[in-house]
Amino acid sequence: MDPEEQRERSRRIRRRNLAVLGVLVALVALFYFITIARMSGGGV
Amino acid sequence: MPDGTLPAERTLAPMSAQAHVTDARDYVALLKPRVMALVVYTGLCGLLLAPGGLHPVLAATAVLCIALGAGAAGAINMWYDRDIDAGMRRTRGRPIPAGRMAPGEALSFGVGLAVGSVLLMHLAVGWPAAAMLALSIGFYVFIYTIWLKRRTPQNIVIGGAAGAFPPVIGWVAVTGQLAIEPLILFAIIFLWTPAHFWALALNCAQDYARVGVPMLPVVSGERETRRQIVVYAAATMAASLVPLLVGMSGLLYGIAAALLGAMLVWKAWRVLQARDPAAPGRMFGYSILYLFALFGAFVADAAASVL
Repeated sequence: MDPEEQRERSRRIRRRNLAVLGVLVALVALFYFITIARMSGGGV
Repeated sequence: MPDGTLPAERTLAPMSAQAHVTDARDYVALLKPRVMALVVYTGLCGLLLAPGGLHPVLAATAVLCIALGAGAAGAINMWYDRDIDAGMRRTRGRPIPAGRMAPGEALSFGVGLAVGSVLLMHLAVGWPAAAMLALSIGFYVFIYTIWLKRRTPQNIVIGGAAGAFPPVIGWVAVTGQLAIEPLILFAIIFLWTPAHFWALALNCAQDYARVGVPMLPVVSGERETRRQIVVYAAATMAASLVPLLVGMSGLLYGIAAALLGAMLVWKAWRVLQARDPAAPGRMFGYSILYLFALFGAFVADAAASVL
């Protein structure tokens, strides 16, 4: 693997990791707000 | 919903298999974001038209689940159709045929998203909407993609039902049960889909023939396809007037539906005349605008009746 490939690979891994982090944080927040909404009787 | 998107022809510097890591943008492309936009919009309209209310967080979650479910179905579709996608100009830039993503990666992403979206829907608004979402994903994957698409020119007609589910899911998310109103919304999209997709298929007939997919223009020819586009456009217009007749919507919607429908039939008629080679493309573009505007009219009419 040449240095250019290595850089490109690292860049993609970093971007993917950040995307996964974003999704996990969003999920945690979503579950929190769903719980609050359900507890307040907002469900069907 | 069978899609008419043109995926970005993004090419990456060739990398060795050992170095290959799929880019986050390819995961987004796998979800067919343009199709997702229409699905989200019609799902949101179903949710807004339903009687009763839903907590904004739960409503937003329901719409998110509809979007993720549609994306999951799209991803699984791209996994299954990777062989024919590679042979078609319109689809060869997709992540799998372009070599930017391993097929198994796309499948696990799609299945994971499908299961996650259904579970999240169940958690947020209950099992009826979750069951409808699961049914719509299953219909698109098993009935349209795997069973019908490569076997019959009626693939779009029957398979189009998958794209008609979102307003029903939105409605059920609020009410927890089915009713005649969401089924009318379902019927409108169901009848709209063939006219919409065949307008696109007319321009891709050679591609479909090359990869062996029996789309109507391949099996029955251009003339019959153009005729069927008019038939389904007229049927869509007729179905769009039913809400007015059954008292589901008022005059505001009725006027909008009549005008939009008349234009849809006119565009279809232009396709049938076959004088303008750009007519199918215009029909395809207008059909998207038509559905957005028609469902917007539904919501505007409902809002006006409340005021």
